[in-house]
Amino acid sequence: MKIAVCTKAVPDTETRIAIAADKKNIDFAGVRFVTSPFDEFAVEEALKLKEKHGGETVVFSLGGAECTAVLQDSLARGIDSAVHINDPDFANLDTLSTAKVLAAAIKDGGYDIVLLGQQGVGGDNSQVPSMLAELLDWPQTTMVVKLEVEGNQFKAEREIEGAHEVVTGSLPAVFSAQKGLNEPRYPGIKGVMAAKRKTIEVKSAESLGLKGKVSTELCKAKLKEVLMPPERPQGRKLEGDIDTQVKELVNLLRTESHVL
Amino acid sequence: MSKGFLVFVESRGGQLRKASLEALSEAKRLAQSADVHAIIVGKDIKGLAAELAKFGPTSILIADNDLFANYSSEAYAKAVTEAVNKLGARFVLAANTSMAKDFIPRAAAKMDAACVTDVMSIKGGGDNLEVTKPMYSGKCYGVYELNSDVSFITLRPNVFALAENGGEAKSEDLSVNVEKVRAQVSEVHASEGNKVELSEATVVVAGGRGIKGPENWPVLQNLCDTLGAALGASRAVVDAGWIDHQHQVGQTGKTVSPQLYIACGISGAIQHLAGMSSSKVIVAINKDPEAPIFKHATYGIVGDVLEIVPKLAAEVKKAQG
Ligand SMILES: Cc1cc2nc3c(=O)[nH]c(=O)nc-3n(C[C@H](O)[C@H](O)[C@H](O)COP(=O)(O)OP(=O)(O)OC[C@H]3O[C@@H](n4cnc5c(N)ncnc54)[C@H](O)[C@@H]3O)c2cc1C
Ligand SMILES: Nc1ncnc2c1ncn2[C@@H]1O[C@H](COP(=O)(O)O)[C@@H](O)[C@H]1O
Repeated sequence: MKIAVCTKAVPDTETRIAIAADKKNIDFAGVRFVTSPFDEFAVEEALKLKEKHGGETVVFSLGGAECTAVLQDSLARGIDSAVHINDPDFANLDTLSTAKVLAAAIKDGGYDIVLLGQQGVGGDNSQVPSMLAELLDWPQTTMVVKLEVEGNQFKAEREIEGAHEVVTGSLPAVFSAQKGLNEPRYPGIKGVMAAKRKTIEVKSAESLGLKGKVSTELCKAKLKEVLMPPERPQGRKLEGDIDTQVKELVNLLRTESHVL
Repeated sequence: MSKGFLVFVESRGGQLRKASLEALSEAKRLAQSADVHAIIVGKDIKGLAAELAKFGPTSILIADNDLFANYSSEAYAKAVTEAVNKLGARFVLAANTSMAKDFIPRAAAKMDAACVTDVMSIKGGGDNLEVTKPMYSGKCYGVYELNSDVSFITLRPNVFALAENGGEAKSEDLSVNVEKVRAQVSEVHASEGNKVELSEATVVVAGGRGIKGPENWPVLQNLCDTLGAALGASRAVVDAGWIDHQHQVGQTGKTVSPQLYIACGISGAIQHLAGMSSSKVIVAINKDPEAPIFKHATYGIVGDVLEIVPKLAAEVKKAQG
């Protein structure tokens, strides 16, 4: 079984976000990059599938120099090899262009399964997995909390509003990982040492045959401006003994905020 | 003449989803003179058209077929793209539900189209819209322009106003040519827990480590029942095994935008705020006056959550008469 995993390098979730001078992006100065949280579940699932069914695992990341540490982290957890797609043409791509690049890198690799996170930090889009499935012309299941594979059939459970859905289908297929799918392992010292001997192959727009086909300019969804969220009006702590505060709260919820 | 809107309206168990009707209401607001068509997809759903017509679509396309009885991303994406081709729509709107999140990007890729998800405000009208959505878990917002012949937009539930516009929409069957479905829902298991779906609830009561232990959920559940609220939780208590992950609010849980969010014994970590900071009114109950949650709360009460919540439930009951 051959498994691809896509991971995105993103600012650590504790990062205080500041907006860049041109207001087109956030200011990345001094930001520490990590694997996007849901992608850790995708990596773990790839490792578990390989442990059970044998085969090979390859991790892909599209982006600049920040991807190296993220790819090394996956290699240290046990992924066999890595592909870094790095090209100035591919800076700040929208979701569809990102999916086009990943599809070009994955499509002829003989993969049975592609695993992604259900949502990447940053754009918070939840789009790339479904788009990638369409571009590869494979079936998909997103937000997966349980995955079983038997021969070329799969059974995946996904979380929906107030229920779990079981999806059955055939491989090759694309899956996106939701929290609950597994418990990601941490890379051990041995893993970190082993990762140093594994290869990170670098691909460009040229080598993927995408020169002039995918680029920042050609994106269809254009990020025009990044803004800070609207300020919340200053809140207040209520006063008096607990009974008074509770009465006052219900009163305010009714007469001031009109939510009761 | 503008090319108009298509709104995907989701139904479940013979009911139209409120969040989808919010999307339809917003399309009506934006369309100006352009048409707003609605599409429903499923099996034995013709009966839903009358209710749907109240929200004023120009026409209702009904894709009613055995193939749609069980959800599949491939078949639903095909139904929506065929409707777009038939109508020549400029914008496709849908509620950002787990179904739309699954197949709308697939439909967009099929049409080589722009797609922006979880949108919280839309400006403009006619053929040009500018959409704003949270990024970095709501720590900032992005404003997008859409540069394709057709563009797909999903709207965060509970954010856009519902408006019955009335009207006499005509219904029309849409026959969809689905070549292949290689993955499909085979079973659905209702989960125990919330009767009101968390991401669509107008009131959410959420508990964190400050509730002391899972034996105290009934205290919060009682307040939920009084308010018709859904029960949420912080990750700390999900990780501790006190409650199922489906209740988790935050960056690695659900995003909620209720009218009222009551945080009980939750410190207000940045990853928790990511999931609830767009709530209209936030109430914080926490015994630590320095807890970060108070910076974001509309109203705060400093004290023991297990003492305050039952009193609050009683007071609300009294107010309800
Ligand atoms: C990658 C990543 C993703 C994450 N995703 C999420 C997420 O999706 N959702 C999420 O919630 N967290 C998430 N977290 C975790 C987050 O950082 C916090 O650890 C978590 O939110 C804390 O939960 P808590 O507020 O219940 O617990 P604590 O931080 O322990 O706070 C408990 C609060 O209860 C108060 N308290 C104690 N006793 C009482 C009492 N008797 N009465 C009243 N108040 C009392 C305390 O003063 C304290 O403020 C994530 C973290 C990471 C690193
Ligand atoms: N630049 C990227 N490189 C590799 N994988 C990515 C990239 N962007 C998104 N992905 C994958 O797609 C998932 C969903 O991203 P998104 O649609 O942006 O929310 C992520 O969790 C990753 O698994």
